[in-house]
Amino acid sequence: MAASAAAAIASPLKCGLISSQGFSGSTRSFQWRKNEKRNVRKASRGVITAKIDLRPPPYSLDALEPHMSRETFEYHWGKHHRAYVDNLNKQIVGTELDTKTLEDIILLTYNKGDLLPPFNNAAQVWNHDFFWESMKPGGGGKPSGELLELINRDFGSFEGFVNEFKAAAATQFGSGWAWLVYKANRIDVGNAVNPRPSDEDKKLVVVKSPNAVNPLVWDYSPLLTIDVWEHAYYLDFQNRRPDYISTFMEKLVSWDAVNSRLEAAKARAAEREEEEERKKTEYEDNQADLDAREMYLESSDADDDSEAD
Amino acid sequence: MAERLSLPELPYDYGALEPAISGEIMLLHHQKHHKTYVTNFNKALQQLEDAVSKSDASAIVQLQSALKFNGGGHINHSIFWKNLAPVSQGGGEPPKGSLGNEIEKEFGSLEALVHKMNSEGAALQGSGWVWLALDKEFKRLLVETTFNQDPLVTKGSSLVPLLGIDVWEHAYYLQYKNAKADYLANIWKVMNWNYASEVYEKECP
Repeated sequence: MAASAAAAIASPLKCGLISSQGFSGSTRSFQWRKNEKRNVRKASRGVITAKIDLRPPPYSLDALEPHMSRETFEYHWGKHHRAYVDNLNKQIVGTELDTKTLEDIILLTYNKGDLLPPFNNAAQVWNHDFFWESMKPGGGGKPSGELLELINRDFGSFEGFVNEFKAAAATQFGSGWAWLVYKANRIDVGNAVNPRPSDEDKKLVVVKSPNAVNPLVWDYSPLLTIDVWEHAYYLDFQNRRPDYISTFMEKLVSWDAVNSRLEAAKARAAEREEEEERKKTEYEDNQADLDAREMYLESSDADDDSEAD
Repeated sequence: MAERLSLPELPYDYGALEPAISGEIMLLHHQKHHKTYVTNFNKALQQLEDAVSKSDASAIVQLQSALKFNGGGHINHSIFWKNLAPVSQGGGEPPKGSLGNEIEKEFGSLEALVHKMNSEGAALQGSGWVWLALDKEFKRLLVETTFNQDPLVTKGSSLVPLLGIDVWEHAYYLQYKNAKADYLANIWKVMNWNYASEVYEKECP
């Protein structure tokens, strides 16, 4: 097992956050210029293109046997995931998307549900990175600490969560994914001051999504996912999706990964709250300035009147 | 009480479509996937009847997706088994007669039609079907795709399915793995054009 460590590169755990740099958080409309080859970067100029990479799982391809076979990984990672990466790079080279992060590409091409061509590939690249990191050899068992507390709070019990997650995964008709997410939404309607999210809004929720869609586009923070496209389980389980889901929960889930992602999600939510507090204070200060100026103007009118006397 | 659906018999042995489609796939596809659609549709239908008798609008609405998904799965697969045939029973033989002529007229050639259906099938993201359809109102042939188990009529009430190709991964994965294009290329070797012609001639005598 140690000898095949070649493929087991320790990659940083993806926490599924929108990078705070470079993306304003609002989905402006995006013009997809398909055939425009502007700014094609050539290696000789020494400029680096933001090519998306195929990242290997953080364990060797046979590390999850017998629960998820090496053969499955050879196809699922080696063919399917690789094809999404290659096809995405072909689609974005020479376009505006070429310099963006994967998360930014996903949000831009989601285009409020009117999907642009690169969306499927971009989202599937992200989804599969996230999926490999949601599992580990010797996985399964139960979470502990704050994560378990939140699960008990939001699902009644760990069993309650497991049942809901399994049901979502089993009833995602067709291809798709089931997710545990951290939801800390603020309301963003563009022309209103955001109300401060209360602790009520910060919840763990189970959701499911079709095909390539993922909860980033709903502004949730994903914590855990299971791939329920048939290619994910057909070689090992054939039509028996419920057995695959049970095996995933009992033997594969990496609660360590879920924990790290939860910490990051909470930190991000706290950052957002501070940012909004700051904006609110700034707004109020501006208003105060305007009011002061008005008072000044009014009082100078009064002086003119008195001088006229 | 509405009649319960039952799993139709396969008109040939499980291994009869080899090497285009393996016996292993045919067995699972028919006895597991199709059977499950039938079972779950009947369950949903029973629940619907209960809900209707109680005028439980909320339950009626909630059952729609299960009915559509499982009912559609049954409808689509029932057609699929008939539009495939072993080579010994005419599978793969190109269409003759009026359908053959109409295909030439509409698409230029049979090859062009096959190419178009394969392209659309390959491009379909996720799960679904690619169809050769007859618009019985305008008497025209067209290629159409549907997602998940949506039957062809969801794309137009006047559309009649002549041929359907299942591009869910379960239809090919054990044999072809990720090589969907190879599956699509090979399935034409067992395509039952006789079935398609019968349906066509009935609508366009």
